[in-house]
Amino acid sequence: MSLAKMSVTEGNKNTNTEAWGGFDDNLIQGSGSAVIDMENMDDTSGSSFEDMGEMHQRMKEEEEVAEEAAATEEDTGEDGEFLGMKGIKGQLGRQVADEVWRAGKRQASKAFNLYANIDILRPYFDVEPVQVRNRLIESMIPVRMINFPQKIAGELYGPMMLVFTLVAILLHGMKTSGTVIREGTLMGTAIGTCFGYWLGVSSFIYFLAYLCNAQITMLQMLSLLGYGLFGHCVVLLVTYNVHFHSLFYILWLVIGGLSTLRMVAALISRTVGQTPRLILCGTLAALHMLFLLYLHFAYHKIVEGILDTLEGPNVPPIQRVARDLPEVATNLVNGTVKSLGLSL
Amino acid sequence: MAEVDEANKPLFAGLSDVSISADIPVEGEITVPVSSPSQDDEYSTLDEPVKDTILRDLKAVGKKFVHVMYPKKSSALLRDWDLWGPLLLCVTLALLLQGGSADSKDDGGPQFAEVFVIIWFGSVVITLNSKLLGGTISFFQSLCVLGYCILPLTVAMIVCRLVLLGGTGPASFAIRLILVIASFGWSTFASTAFLADSQPPSRKALVVYPIFLFYFVIGWMILTFAPSHGAGP
Repeated sequence: MSLAKMSVTEGNKNTNTEAWGGFDDNLIQGSGSAVIDMENMDDTSGSSFEDMGEMHQRMKEEEEVAEEAAATEEDTGEDGEFLGMKGIKGQLGRQVADEVWRAGKRQASKAFNLYANIDILRPYFDVEPVQVRNRLIESMIPVRMINFPQKIAGELYGPMMLVFTLVAILLHGMKTSGTVIREGTLMGTAIGTCFGYWLGVSSFIYFLAYLCNAQITMLQMLSLLGYGLFGHCVVLLVTYNVHFHSLFYILWLVIGGLSTLRMVAALISRTVGQTPRLILCGTLAALHMLFLLYLHFAYHKIVEGILDTLEGPNVPPIQRVARDLPEVATNLVNGTVKSLGLSL
Repeated sequence: MAEVDEANKPLFAGLSDVSISADIPVEGEITVPVSSPSQDDEYSTLDEPVKDTILRDLKAVGKKFVHVMYPKKSSALLRDWDLWGPLLLCVTLALLLQGGSADSKDDGGPQFAEVFVIIWFGSVVITLNSKLLGGTISFFQSLCVLGYCILPLTVAMIVCRLVLLGGTGPASFAIRLILVIASFGWSTFASTAFLADSQPPSRKALVVYPIFLFYFVIGWMILTFAPSHGAGP
């Protein structure tokens, strides 16, 4: 602070322009009544940053005045160059004061920052358990109301928890399928995939919605897509444990389709015109359904490949039989044909 | 940290008193009597043997372990938090889960780093979530409680390894399943017993869900763990 003051006074001494005069007077007045000044310092010792802030503000105002004055003088007179020189020096002083103030502010708010950020986010997490439950159920029920914009709750608790649940389910799927990604990236892959999909697709659809003039905010988009992941969670939780291909396709179409339809209906009701609706909803539906397909098969395909090459005894036999029922059937047919051929 | 804060507060209060009440003459040496006991405290720990210091800390950690094992609603875990216990438990669990996969080429078990990251990242997420939902607990208090409540799962992991020494089969799997489910329930129950008070009662379910998920993932990792050299034919 003292450094800033010194530099400011130096700047004042160097630049005796009219605009700085007022400020200089103020300083002199302050130093003239030293006792009062000391007392003031004592009282506001805890909040000296406010002082600096005030000073900064005042200096800014005066700088503006000075600039105006400089402009008028430059228009009229010939010592424009002289003023420019002085302006640079004044700027230096101001810069130092600015920097010191900023450093102080940063230091003071460093500890406080975390809580401040949390306070900013807190409204988005302001939900009751009943509300979350209802929204989870509603995410599976498409509403056929296209003419009037549907309500979309702007809330992030449900989506966040669903994404973390999806991460856990994905980890489970990777582990049971024995997926070998490179060292130590199993967790990272799961988190990256889920958060990447959620944030990436939301912002992409938001961008498309902006192009298509749809009435939706980023927060609503995040919430809508996040709750749409509930269907994915249910389907994947079931199909990572029960390995029937036909069951997966049925669930994919029914549950995945329902949650996709719900999002599409909400988007349609907030868009005007046929082509924008088609573009927006086609993109969203395709991405959402394909993501579920990808999550399911990205790991199953790998498993089956590994199982086929290994065919070792450390493969859990129950899973294999259940999962590859069609193959078992074909094996059975092959076997009977072979035995028939042998007997003949 | 708490001690320093307590020492600082009256110090500033005293200063402001001095400046406001101008009629009292201020002269001589101004001493702040409040800060002297803390200085004495520090002095007494300075010349004690290192063994005493370590033993004192270990005793504090052990006392908190007992609190986790008998989760009655006490604030001992919350009042003087530390991160030594969580670190100890986390490293133990990660080392046990690393198991025999260190020497083999393929990565059978979860990596040390993975377990470490899951535990710390998970507890940070839970803590942030509880803060966002309007909890009145501080960041490190929550980290401390969540870390200490891994203790039942770590114990289960140790027993699981002993069971796995006996052999792998449906019987051992059943034993491990029961063990892990019991310790998972224990962990969740203990952590909610400590953390539930700081939450608004209507939102308890929202806070418990991520805790449930967190311990579920850890428990599931313990259950599916099999040392790679033991599983081979």
